[in-house]
Amino acid sequence: MELLLILLIGILYASGIYLLLRRSMVKVLLGIMLMSNGANILIFLLGRITKGKPPVIDEASKIFTDIYADPIPQALILTAIVIGFGLQSFAIVLLKRVYSIINSDDLDDLNTPEEEDI
Amino acid sequence: MLIAVLAGLIISILFIPLGKYFKGRLSVTIALLPIGLFLYFLSFVPQIADGKTFSFHYDWIPSLGVNFDFYLDGLALLFVMLITGIGSLVFLYASPYLKGHKYLDRFYGYLSLFMASMVGLVLSDNVLLLFIFWELTSISSFFLIGFNNEQADSRKSAMIALGITGGGGFLLMAGLVLMGYLSGTYSIQAMLTSAAMLKGHALYGLILFFVFAGAFTKSAQFPFHFWLPGAMKAPTPVSAYLHSATMVKAGVYILARLFPVLGGTDYWTYPLVIVGGFTMLYAAFHSIFRTDLKGVLAYSTIAALGILVFLIGIGTKESLLAASAFVLVHALYKAALFLMTGVIDHETGTRDITRLAGLRKVMMPLAIAGLLAALSSAGLPSTFGFIGKDLIYEATLHTQGIWSMVLTALALITNVLLLYAGFLAGIKPFSGKLPEEYSHVHLPHWLMWAPPLLLGILGLVFGCFPFLIDNSLVNPAARAIANARIDASLKLWHGFNIILLLSGITLFLGTLLYLFRKPTAKGMAELARFDRFSPQTIFAKSALWTQQVATWYSNIMLNGYLRVYLRRIIVFAVLLLGYKLIVGGHIYIDWSKVSSVDIYDVVVLGILIGAIVLTVVTPSRLTAIVAMSVVGYCICLFFVFYSAPDLAITQFTIDTLTVVLFVLVLFRLPPFLNLANKRAKTIDGIVAGSFGIVISLIALQVLNGPVNHEVSEFYGDNAYKLAKGKNVVNVILVDFRGIDTMFEIVVLGIAAIGVYSLLKLRLKPSEKE
Repeated sequence: MELLLILLIGILYASGIYLLLRRSMVKVLLGIMLMSNGANILIFLLGRITKGKPPVIDEASKIFTDIYADPIPQALILTAIVIGFGLQSFAIVLLKRVYSIINSDDLDDLNTPEEEDI
Repeated sequence: MLIAVLAGLIISILFIPLGKYFKGRLSVTIALLPIGLFLYFLSFVPQIADGKTFSFHYDWIPSLGVNFDFYLDGLALLFVMLITGIGSLVFLYASPYLKGHKYLDRFYGYLSLFMASMVGLVLSDNVLLLFIFWELTSISSFFLIGFNNEQADSRKSAMIALGITGGGGFLLMAGLVLMGYLSGTYSIQAMLTSAAMLKGHALYGLILFFVFAGAFTKSAQFPFHFWLPGAMKAPTPVSAYLHSATMVKAGVYILARLFPVLGGTDYWTYPLVIVGGFTMLYAAFHSIFRTDLKGVLAYSTIAALGILVFLIGIGTKESLLAASAFVLVHALYKAALFLMTGVIDHETGTRDITRLAGLRKVMMPLAIAGLLAALSSAGLPSTFGFIGKDLIYEATLHTQGIWSMVLTALALITNVLLLYAGFLAGIKPFSGKLPEEYSHVHLPHWLMWAPPLLLGILGLVFGCFPFLIDNSLVNPAARAIANARIDASLKLWHGFNIILLLSGITLFLGTLLYLFRKPTAKGMAELARFDRFSPQTIFAKSALWTQQVATWYSNIMLNGYLRVYLRRIIVFAVLLLGYKLIVGGHIYIDWSKVSSVDIYDVVVLGILIGAIVLTVVTPSRLTAIVAMSVVGYCICLFFVFYSAPDLAITQFTIDTLTVVLFVLVLFRLPPFLNLANKRAKTIDGIVAGSFGIVISLIALQVLNGPVNHEVSEFYGDNAYKLAKGKNVVNVILVDFRGIDTMFEIVVLGIAAIGVYSLLKLRLKPSEKE
């Protein structure tokens, strides 16, 4: 399974980078989202994956008796997802704002506003 | 002693808060600083004349070998006397000269800074300290040249001067550090004991190269001479002080100071004699074509510096004595001429010698000063210049064989040309008929004409009574340079001999030249034809080329397209990481660590990959967003499978929210335009693909390594014990790392405010533009 996840991380990163290199701002944003997903899974994988053993202590006992999934990557990823959402929502609204001003989704139109003014 | 050296620095710092009180009449009082220093150092003269030397030691950074080690001997004293003596006059002179200038305080600040660093430079025994002061003189010179900072010319000249002297200083530092490294000490006096070792060392040539580079740039030797005429953009008192009497002699000083350590070999003699000789001839020749008074003086200064380098290069006792005397001679008459030029410029508004004439009728004391200085520069008997000239001829005549002929001829030609230049500057403006336009010209404030007159008279006094200074200043200086006993008594009259004949020839030819050659602008124009080959042009061209290359490079590297930067960064990262992966570790798959795959894993993965591909290729925005959300949900499923229920819930919620926001906000946007061509897409595809492969390989490598669960176990063991929570992930977030989470909430809050304000922001139509 690890190998499949590695493949998945590679694909997520590659497609994320590819979209980042596009001119459309929406695509750039999608690229960022794909890459952050890739990063999350990478962190998840590096803590080693465990099937069906969530890091929750049994009702009855006070400490773990069985093996359990590494909680630290999960805590990190949880933070990352939430912060990522903050970034994405801000970017989405910003895109909208930019679009309503320059009427274009093209990054290159942002480059030389002073020339267009003339 | 430390206070004496640093006084100027302290005063220049005090000028920052207190400067405004010194802009008016009070500015004259600042001259008390150099005058006080002058008197202080004057008190050392009798003891130095007796052959004593003084060492002072103050700790600064002992661990690095950088200390305030000062050493006062004849050479240092000669220079200190010049620096503080002429400094006093210049400080006095500048007060009326720049009267009412809005930056007068700044000017005095720079000037004090310069004086302090120059005094420090000549007194330093520690080479690193010397270098610091050396650079400080370059920097203060930069500020003073660019003092009229609203003029583009001044700024440019200041930059050139700083570039050249600073570059030379850099090389000098290399030389000094090398010397210190090889001899094991940074004290020049201590280096004397390893002089023989240094001269025999394989790196001797390199040391000389570095030291010469520093000296030549500072002392404006060919081919670095051109910054000096440019430096004449500075106010005239600065030209008189820095660029004639003192700072430019720092290069000569360092050669003289290091002569006992490094000098006397063929490697020392030939470069100095050749460069010095060429410089003096070249500059003397150029000086007679100038029509700007300061231009004439600038080139004749370069020629005089050439003579000094030349004399130190010859390195005999006679030549070192001549050099010591000539430093003084030149400083006296050249400073006088400069100060006089400043007065003329100040009162008439021009420095063009073809227009100036007959000023003696309105400025008699100044005319006397000019005459005295010109005569001293000409070396007329009974002036100090005569003695200086005699010594130079004596030095050249006493060299070996054919050399004596060549060098004497060189010196003769230079002297003739310098005499002409001196007359041009010192006599020409005052002789002849006074033009109508200057009839209203009157004598300025006495502080402006008295200093040049005093210097001129000193030249005469020292010439008539050379015993006043031979044992007190000149001999100790020569002794310090040669590191040997020199007891020459300077005499005005040597009897009829070949030296007198040479002096006579010089005078005769120079006067002839002055009488029959009139300065015109035509000469300048003729000379301008050779500008193409001058070092200045080459310097300017190379600066231009550097700029062009930089522009070209910036245009390629920084073209304003973010994605181009991004592509480069990624390609670089791929190359670097890829190289490390290929060279560093062998890549393998450790099957023992790979867990089994269930059918639902594969199915979810298939959907996931399909959704990613769809996100990338779809032309419809909405499809891309939906595909994106599918990616998110599939990942959510993976979290469920692999024991991360908290993550799954978070991912699910966030993904939903994102899609809703996306659709709501961006719904009305048009479909994607197909903006990229095929080639760009292919390139990006390759770049992105290789980056993905690199990341995968890194992940694989990490998986093969060991894993440390110590911290996780700590949290697992203590989650309930310490925090009374059974969901370890939650406990980590809200308890163990609670403050982190709090700040995360703050970040989210800021983002929320941003989103809200962006949505609510209503721009007026005009602001939209």
